[in-house]
Amino acid sequence: MIRVLVAKPGLDGHDRGAKVIARALRDAGMEVVYTGLHQTPEQVVDAALSEDVDVLALSILSGAHPTLVPRIMELVKENHMDDLLVLLGGIIPEDDVDPMINLGVAKVFGPGTDTNDIVAFIRGRVEVV
Amino acid sequence: MKDWDDIAQGILKGQKRAIARGLTWIEQGRNDGKQLAQKLFPHAGNAQVIGITGAPGVGKSTLVNALTLQLRSQGLRVGILAVDPSSPFSGGAILGDRIRMQDSVMDAGVYMRSFASRGHLGGLSRATFGALTVLDAAGFDKILVETVGAGQSEVEIMQLAHTTMVVLAPGMGDDIQAIKAGILEIGQVFVVNKADRDGVDHTVRSIRSMLALASEHPAWMPPILKTVAEDGRGMKELADALENHWQHLTDKGLLERFRWGQTEHLIEQAMADIGDRLVGRARSGQEWSHWVAEVGTGTREAEHVAEELWRQEWRED
Ligand SMILES: Nc1nc2c(ncn2[C@@H]2O[C@H](COP(=O)(O)OP(=O)(O)OP(=O)(O)O)[C@@H](O)[C@H]2O)c(=O)[nH]1
Ligand SMILES: [Mg+2]
Repeated sequence: MIRVLVAKPGLDGHDRGAKVIARALRDAGMEVVYTGLHQTPEQVVDAALSEDVDVLALSILSGAHPTLVPRIMELVKENHMDDLLVLLGGIIPEDDVDPMINLGVAKVFGPGTDTNDIVAFIRGRVEVV
Repeated sequence: MKDWDDIAQGILKGQKRAIARGLTWIEQGRNDGKQLAQKLFPHAGNAQVIGITGAPGVGKSTLVNALTLQLRSQGLRVGILAVDPSSPFSGGAILGDRIRMQDSVMDAGVYMRSFASRGHLGGLSRATFGALTVLDAAGFDKILVETVGAGQSEVEIMQLAHTTMVVLAPGMGDDIQAIKAGILEIGQVFVVNKADRDGVDHTVRSIRSMLALASEHPAWMPPILKTVAEDGRGMKELADALENHWQHLTDKGLLERFRWGQTEHLIEQAMADIGDRLVGRARSGQEWSHWVAEVGTGTREAEHVAEELWRQEWRED
């Protein structure tokens, strides 16, 4: 069973997109932990650690990814969560994609991504026990 | 994380990551998860396991959050397990209890984990039993287990708790449903949450009259408390009521009996595992199809086949 944490770090005002993703992953047979709005990087990583998820799906609309993602990835490394697959979705400008990948994000999904693509990507990368 | 022995050591030291990985193994029903639970069982038996059940939306998760803050202020360590139903269609689940627990779970003295019910009969209570063993061995003083409703598997889970707390909210629909579902029979502490709303006293009265109907002189008289989980009102009283029940179990020698029953349960599980293993092996053997055919036509008894499987097992050792 694939376990995913859908997290919304930062000060985004709504979580419609995150909920759409959460439901799509559930409908694809995955277990999705959802923690709601306004999470700090510390909360996100603590939840990922405690819930022992395979995938951390971050949704960031506010443009704060250049500060939030490095901090999250730093905490992921500090906690030796080497087998965690980190995905990033939301509004991420083209020029920011490569820096995010360099930080250890496995893939960036822009607005309007077909949820089936996200499902397929996760299935291709997470080994199911 | 290498093998189950490393994980077991980490759990005994109370390390979050080891606890988390151990729970995953147990949830997956893996063999090393079973070994882990057995190894840790002798280290468990100190925590009070508190079940929290009630209809969807009555405020169980919010209550767990507020109660955890209260217990932390008393210096107690708290483990939390929240079980949500899996989708019967996809097998997936959305586990949302953590949303309401954000104030309490970041604390180093708190560990919270969401479980999906995964729809397998018996498997859920087994996974829960293993998970409680892990949290207990990890040194948590109080373990809170949240489940929805009063289905068969929820009742099974509540049997793993020392103290079951039934949560209701004002509104006629809720109490009638709870009474119908037999939920009142399993509670040792009753909570009417959302006491900031109208109709609280009516709900309290209906619970009280149901309890009076159930037993005239119970050894333990379940208290009925009013709470407002959202702002923490009533949490001190709730923590006291839970402590009183714990004291009651201790004083009456019921705790030892509980532990004895759990240990028997562990042996029963091991027995069932051996049975599963033998049947699994027999299925791929040559005689299996003969046996099945013979049992089907009545020329051989099913019990005879079972005995034969045991005998083969002994011969091999
Ligand atoms: N007015 C009022 N609302 C409350 C109180 N406690 C919880 N709520 C609200 O009730 C709603 C449901 O709360 P939860 O804690 O998620 O309820 P739950 O029983 O865990 O729900 P499920 O896990 O879905 O069964 C939320 O909107 C809470 O804010 C309370 O004391 N008063
Ligand atoms: Mg809940």
